[in-house]
Amino acid sequence: MTHPNMLEIRDLHVYFRGYEGVSRVLDGISLNVGRGERVGLAGETGCGKTVTMKTVMGVLKIPPAMVPHGEVILDGQNVLEMSAKQLLQIKGTRISMIFQDPMNALNPVFMVGEQLYDVIRFAQGDSGTGRKRFGTEIHDRAIAALEEVRLPDPERILRSYPLELSGGMRQRVLIAMALVNGPSFLIADEPQTALDVTIGAQILDLLSELVRTKGISVLLITHNLGVIQETTERVYVMYAGQIAETTPTPVLFKNPKHPYSQGLLASVPRLTGGEIAEGIRGTVPDYTVAPSGCRFHPRCDYVMSICSQRKPPSFPVEPDHYVGCWLYGKEGGSK
Amino acid sequence: MKFTYFFTRRLFHSILVLVGLSILIFIIARILPGDPARLALGPFASKENVAHLRHEMGMDKPLHLQYVAYIKGIFHGDLGLSFQTRRSVSLDIAHYLPATIELVMASIVWVLVIGVPFGVLAGRYKDSWLDNLSRVVAFIGVAVPPFVVGLMGQLIFSYGLGILPTTGRLSLLMPPPPTRTGFLIVDSLIAGNFTALGDAFVHILLPSFAIAMTGIGQIARLTRGSVSDVLGKDYIEAARAFGIPDRYVTFKYMLKPSFIAPLTILGLTFASELGNAFLVETVFGWPGMAKYGIRAILRKDFNAIMGIVLIIGLAFVVVNFIVDVLAGYVDPRIRIREEE
Ligand SMILES: Nc1ncnc2c1ncn2[C@@H]1O[C@H](COP(=O)(O)OP(=O)(O)OP(=O)(O)O)[C@@H](O)[C@H]1O
Ligand code: SF4
Ligand SMILES: [Mg+2]
Repeated sequence: MTHPNMLEIRDLHVYFRGYEGVSRVLDGISLNVGRGERVGLAGETGCGKTVTMKTVMGVLKIPPAMVPHGEVILDGQNVLEMSAKQLLQIKGTRISMIFQDPMNALNPVFMVGEQLYDVIRFAQGDSGTGRKRFGTEIHDRAIAALEEVRLPDPERILRSYPLELSGGMRQRVLIAMALVNGPSFLIADEPQTALDVTIGAQILDLLSELVRTKGISVLLITHNLGVIQETTERVYVMYAGQIAETTPTPVLFKNPKHPYSQGLLASVPRLTGGEIAEGIRGTVPDYTVAPSGCRFHPRCDYVMSICSQRKPPSFPVEPDHYVGCWLYGKEGGSK
Repeated sequence: MKFTYFFTRRLFHSILVLVGLSILIFIIARILPGDPARLALGPFASKENVAHLRHEMGMDKPLHLQYVAYIKGIFHGDLGLSFQTRRSVSLDIAHYLPATIELVMASIVWVLVIGVPFGVLAGRYKDSWLDNLSRVVAFIGVAVPPFVVGLMGQLIFSYGLGILPTTGRLSLLMPPPPTRTGFLIVDSLIAGNFTALGDAFVHILLPSFAIAMTGIGQIARLTRGSVSDVLGKDYIEAARAFGIPDRYVTFKYMLKPSFIAPLTILGLTFASELGNAFLVETVFGWPGMAKYGIRAILRKDFNAIMGIVLIIGLAFVVVNFIVDVLAGYVDPRIRIREEE
């Protein structure tokens, strides 16, 4: 059965138990990625983008994390209910990811080749206990994967340790690892932020080209609105573990509805590169004592009494445009 | 290629350290107050006899020539005569040193066999009872001196339970295996004498554990920190996200980087255990370097002192060389950084 959506996150809550109490980081987010669609997830630092990604990838450590409520439906199956074995079968082959910081995402004490070989052979059902299948087939696939990400002299790259490669080269290696087993869904967590601007742009171009030709659905996480504008079709704006707004990407830039989105966009022109600034007064809240209702209410200029009492649901303002803000609930009638 | 370069460099460093050490020892021994010839012959010897001995020992020659003679001697295995035993210092050392080295090696085994796995588990299951236990063990290891651990061990296992011997390397009536290496465990293995092997084994358990206690605590805590550090790294999560099974990630991608920190301090552990061995040997009547060394110091037996310090220094340099090379082998960052 093919499910209409590649990924459906429904009312996902993720909390962390810590010394200062429970951090309620994700407060019921819902998000869809259609087949072949490229969707952006934008929000300032600390709003829970990486936590979202880790939950979807099934790499969240439980405990200290907990998921009191919510579903993550990948290709029709709930990731949160999968056994470790089922998860293992989909990782790399159906869903894969690109990390925020290429400097730390490769193991420093193993050669690139060794890491890439492992990624390839486990996808083929190798249990890891049997003899190593370092056959020429795996080698050829590794070389092909490195050529695909335009790394020169792939043989030499295979024999290099990560610290012998530049940041851009490492990110290319990581893209090769993420794509080598042919996933149909990719989560890219700020693949360019840790790199300098031109290298980051090259990486993004390469990535867009690869996912386009392979027809891979993508969730691109970033706090850079310029990147969202260039590479995605639809976008979710996230604030402090809640989804503020979702709309086709061009609409967000022409007609943002949520007060937070409006604040974000107003702050962009003053910046080079379109990074989200702390241009809005206040900061992201402490998740152990997160604001009630709409988490944006302490920073919002339009705050009403209901805002701190109840969390706003997603109100449609256009067929494809939903806003999680009580301002848009009046004519639709609040639920 | 790169590794050979790293290896050669390290070897060269170690040799430099040894040359420095030999000069230092030589100078210190010559500055030690008191006339060794007079000490050796006693207060009633005639001036002529003392002068004669000084001449025989080469002590009337200029210092740099004495140093050259000293180094030449070392290469011929000649460390001079010990005044207290009237034997060649190298023979004395060859007689006493293996017992001490065997003891320290056994305690290193304790550290590796208990400290490392303990640390790995404590780091993997942070804040579990095991982790808390490792904290307590580390605290005891640092707070309680090794000879006290030894005495307590004797009280419990020897006098109390009567399952372990109190003193010595072998039981009195046990004929020792023929000496090949001086390490009883190795010698009895070579001779195929398993009764002697078992006897040597039970004798070494307590003293080596007493020495190891501090190291076990230190290495366990260090390994724990290292493991919990590595577990939080992106590359562990990345390996999992790319579909590599958890168990494989743990054994390969987590353990190797975690071992670097404990490996690099193993050289220091060896040094401190050698120091602790001197006290523990006394408690257990272990026929090692402790007694010989202490007497040499009290009697200003300067050839013996020079010999002992040189041998211990040599052991230290060799162990550190091995540790460094291993660390460079495990961690490419160490050897690549060195090239820049
Ligand atoms: N394992 C954890 N335990 C406790 N809190 C956590 C954990 N992981 C993340 N958090 C908290 O969740 C919040 C969101 O973190 P997250 O890494 O998802 O932010 P982000 O949106 O990806 O930010 P950035 O743009 O900086 O990457 C932060 O306040 C962080 O402290
Ligand atoms: S719900 Fe209220 S507080 Fe939240 S953004 Fe809308 S108006 Fe502001
Ligand atoms: Mg992040």
